[in-house]
Amino acid sequence: MKQFKGRVIAKGSVTAVALVSHGGLNTLASFQKALQFGDKKATCGDQNNPDLYGKQMVGKALCLPMTIGSTTGGMVLYCACSMKRQPACMLFSKPIDSLAAAGAVLADVWLDDVSMPVIDSLGDEFLEYVKDGMKITVHDDGTVEVE
Amino acid sequence: MMKLTDEQKKILDGEKGETLAKVMKTLVNYGEIFGASELVPVTSKYNHLVTSFGLKALGPVYELMNQLIEADATSTQKFSCDPRPIDKNVPSNFLQNFIFNNFMYSRQDFYEGQLTSLGLMDKNAFTCACYMDEVGNKPQKGEVLSWAESSAVVYANSVLGARCNRNSGIIDLMGSVLGYVPKFGFLTDEGRKATWIVEIKTTKKPEAQLLGSAIGMKVMEEVPYVRGLDKWLGNELTDEACTYLKDFGAATASNGAVGLYHIENLTPEAVEMGEELINEGAQTYVIDDAELERVYKSYPVIWKNENAKPKLCFMGCPHMSLEQLKSWTDKVEAGLRKSGKKKVVIPTVFTAAPGVLEEFNKTDYAKRLSDTGVITSYICPLMYMNNPLCGKMPVITSSNKLRTYTTARYYTDDEILAQITKGGNNA
Repeated sequence: MKQFKGRVIAKGSVTAVALVSHGGLNTLASFQKALQFGDKKATCGDQNNPDLYGKQMVGKALCLPMTIGSTTGGMVLYCACSMKRQPACMLFSKPIDSLAAAGAVLADVWLDDVSMPVIDSLGDEFLEYVKDGMKITVHDDGTVEVE
Repeated sequence: MMKLTDEQKKILDGEKGETLAKVMKTLVNYGEIFGASELVPVTSKYNHLVTSFGLKALGPVYELMNQLIEADATSTQKFSCDPRPIDKNVPSNFLQNFIFNNFMYSRQDFYEGQLTSLGLMDKNAFTCACYMDEVGNKPQKGEVLSWAESSAVVYANSVLGARCNRNSGIIDLMGSVLGYVPKFGFLTDEGRKATWIVEIKTTKKPEAQLLGSAIGMKVMEEVPYVRGLDKWLGNELTDEACTYLKDFGAATASNGAVGLYHIENLTPEAVEMGEELINEGAQTYVIDDAELERVYKSYPVIWKNENAKPKLCFMGCPHMSLEQLKSWTDKVEAGLRKSGKKKVVIPTVFTAAPGVLEEFNKTDYAKRLSDTGVITSYICPLMYMNNPLCGKMPVITSSNKLRTYTTARYYTDDEILAQITKGGNNA
């Protein structure tokens, strides 16, 4: 088991299975199909992301460097949360980008019954260490345990 | 913690209603993530929204907007909006029309009604290139904006010298509703300094969309200071130079996440401050012919059949300028003369803002372009292609933004011209 410490963007604690993207997550490309065509498992639809394409994102501890792509990204993430198709948590190795930050804040402020802990600045070592299927536990103070 | 004025604190405490308090909380929380010191007034005349499409998948966004409208938390600024996703002038088959109208954009009319309630400039204010003179949403140097459309943000920051962060959709609207945005990043002098020096050493004028792509992929969200491009663009922001920078910037923003660039001896802050804009320790990236070729060859072709005959060509992502529509009319005519053909051999759509098209249609170029078979439209090519059916459709483009977000295949301007006037992948 290894422990990492990051900055809390959206507070919460959760335990979930890791899903790892080594490249940036294109939020619109990843979630659009799932939101559009009623896929409750939120299967990633981004053909340009070999790590995630075709994998279920709902309920997973999504580990990534940053989000990329269309500046609709924040509101797409907000929609995923509102429709209960969001990951269990989002864990960024780098400081969070403005699009993902917007999504996290919008969900936190405007949705009452949604919890999606978001931690950033976990470091490059975090993304090198964590692998798909590992058990992740996120604590309120930004501590992330990987086992 | 961010320092708020008494008025801002009262809004946050709910004195102007629960909805506006939530808008304030959103912007304060968003700003604090990036170390914003304060909220500063939005000073541009107009806002611009990135969300122009009544996409069924975005239902929760429309519900949130309804909350704003019902609470009368609407914008004090009028705004333009990204392009519409549908236009009957653009070729589409029965199945595409069915999916567009019944599944994807079934809420378009409803959403446009919401936009009107919130303060849309006018019924035709739909374009990603809102800063065109013919559209009228052109910010002044130093003005603070609450925009989100990435190609418009990078243009406003770099070419016009306005100040805007690379916001997300909805945040753009909330900044305008509140009249304040958090001060961080490109709103600060320090955040506008370059951390990359890009040296252009090509033997000919680099293709705007290819150069932007190369720089975007290298520097990602950082600020490049570009040396050597003035040799090809000159030292004045002419219509031609602005058109080049529009396409260049959109590629930096979509292939990377650039929100501001400086072109030595050309863009306003580079002219004023020169190398003072470069941060100590900035990294260097040299671009020559071979580097551009390397970048071009690195693009994956994700068509099902790599050798398929193109079924559609899109030009204008971001929307074309008047100057561009005219120069492309000349080019297409010349290309057809050379190939001995009368009409383009691939259905071709040139997209531009409704206001730009209106002005274009007043010139004799409009009939000349129409005679070549090229269709003009106000559509958003990206939204048109953003559906499962287009994944199987071989579309070509010279837009590196469209290439990045869809299955469209990129070609240089000269190659596109050859393709549409002569045909064939090796034209």
